[in-house]
Amino acid sequence: MKAKSNLYRKERIYGYLFILPPVLGLLIFTLFPVVYSFYGSLTDWDGLGSMNFIGFDNFKDVFSDELFYKSAFNTLFYMIGIPIGIVLALLLALGLNRKIPGTTTFRVIYYIPVISSLAAISILWNWAYNGDYGLVNQFLDLFGIDGPNWLMNKHSIKPAIILMTVWKGLGYTMLLYLAALQSVPKTYYEAAELDGASGFKAFRHITWPMVKPVTFFIVVTNIIGGSQIFTEINIMTPKGGTEFSSASVVFYIWDKAFGNLQMGYASAMAVVLGLFIFVVTLIQFRMNEKSSSDLAG
Amino acid sequence: MSHSQKVKLINSIIFIVLVIGAVFMIAPLLWMVTTSVKEKQDVFALPPKWIPDTINWIKYSEIWEKGPLLDGIKNSLIVALSVTIVGTFTSSLAAFSFAKLKFPHKNKIFLLLLAAIMIPYPAVMIPQFMFFSKIEWVDTLLPLIVPGLFGNIIMIFFIRQYLMSVPDEIIEAAKIDGSSYFRLYSTITFPLIKPAVAAQLILWFMGIWNDYLAPIIYLNSPEKLTLQLVIANYNATYAIQTDYPLIMAASVVALLPVLITFLIFQKQIIESVAISGVKG
Repeated sequence: MKAKSNLYRKERIYGYLFILPPVLGLLIFTLFPVVYSFYGSLTDWDGLGSMNFIGFDNFKDVFSDELFYKSAFNTLFYMIGIPIGIVLALLLALGLNRKIPGTTTFRVIYYIPVISSLAAISILWNWAYNGDYGLVNQFLDLFGIDGPNWLMNKHSIKPAIILMTVWKGLGYTMLLYLAALQSVPKTYYEAAELDGASGFKAFRHITWPMVKPVTFFIVVTNIIGGSQIFTEINIMTPKGGTEFSSASVVFYIWDKAFGNLQMGYASAMAVVLGLFIFVVTLIQFRMNEKSSSDLAG
Repeated sequence: MSHSQKVKLINSIIFIVLVIGAVFMIAPLLWMVTTSVKEKQDVFALPPKWIPDTINWIKYSEIWEKGPLLDGIKNSLIVALSVTIVGTFTSSLAAFSFAKLKFPHKNKIFLLLLAAIMIPYPAVMIPQFMFFSKIEWVDTLLPLIVPGLFGNIIMIFFIRQYLMSVPDEIIEAAKIDGSSYFRLYSTITFPLIKPAVAAQLILWFMGIWNDYLAPIIYLNSPEKLTLQLVIANYNATYAIQTDYPLIMAASVVALLPVLITFLIFQKQIIESVAISGVKG
């Protein structure tokens, strides 16, 4: 008996010891900074001198800051790319799920932009969007379209960045859909065909319900990722675009915190962003629970 | 038209559409490569020349002198290697503990770790920066390395998941034999999880290699920059001189290591990414 309880005690100690690094890491590099962000957002923190408590003044300023609204609007605008990417990726995955030669090659090719460094890709598209000599306008020229100077024009900058993000993320979404499609049992379609349902009907009643959970996962992860868009903006429009037409929320936070040393003000915006993402994640959990209970019921 | 003929026709149409799509995916990258070997007048040729008259590799030697590209590669390697090697050890050890050892509050702690994934980096970066500047680590690689050494929650999650399918008996038997707990991990568990660990390690390595926001916050001195910052600086500096071949050559060099890793391990990478969606 004693040997056994000794064994458990030892196991307990080692159990805790082995998980200590990630738990410590979480405390030091995530939880403590989060709490500090909340606190800092209530102060006039400038990163140098003292931090004076100023209540919710920063938040009041944030919500009357025209540039914050602009950057929030831009960030949401970029998310137009999410449904576009989802539709294209699903169509591609449906195609690749058939008996077609070269599916592995296609998967690899479509996935290359995903693994490529965002910095290099942004530099490449920066050049591709060049008004006179860029690849995009030269391509449009084939159809007699005279494209704008994409990144310099406040109306075309956002669509330009959306096109690039869709291009970069397409392979990832496609891959998730393909995995979901391959997990649909073939017998479902065979049964449907016996019942005379095929084509669009089979898609609506079999495929779509089966890929709904992964669609949901894609939407949520894309919203969370999209709300943190930064690298593309920083490289393609170092100043946030004409009239701040391309700046994202994270770009603005970064600029305020490390460009102007307005740490308190930037922290307030970071808190707003964090809460937004928190709510999106919460909705995901709720909907997930609901959809799994739907399946069970 | 018979049913099988119809299927064949549809498949051919889909194949053509997929080929066109693939061209769109790959064309910008090819254009990047051809730009990098072009003479200046070919860069601005209208209509564009996909294959330049003369292929000129000179930019691939110039890039090393025009900026700290070699330092960038070295720094990126230091950060990515030290984080992934040490971090994989701490992550897999923790995953083993979460999956196979018994101790109180285990699942609560695990859920707490998982919940932390949803905290976005921008929400913690300002206090983190102030903390690292207090201990004078700004403009060193340490702020990029040290947090990763404590492990990666996503990696813990996937390895734990993988370990759940390993029967407990193997480990229980060794426990009773009196093996030390570390040996249980290193000689019995680790060999079993190697494939899962390898795929996660590669994904993590690529993530760090491609990271941009954390390096741009912490690094200033040219010789301290990571590769992604170096090429971004090339872009900012040499675009004014319209030296696009030089910029593209540097970017190609920055892309290649990850691209080659991907092409070698594409099967494992694609599989483990596909799993993440199904499980998520």
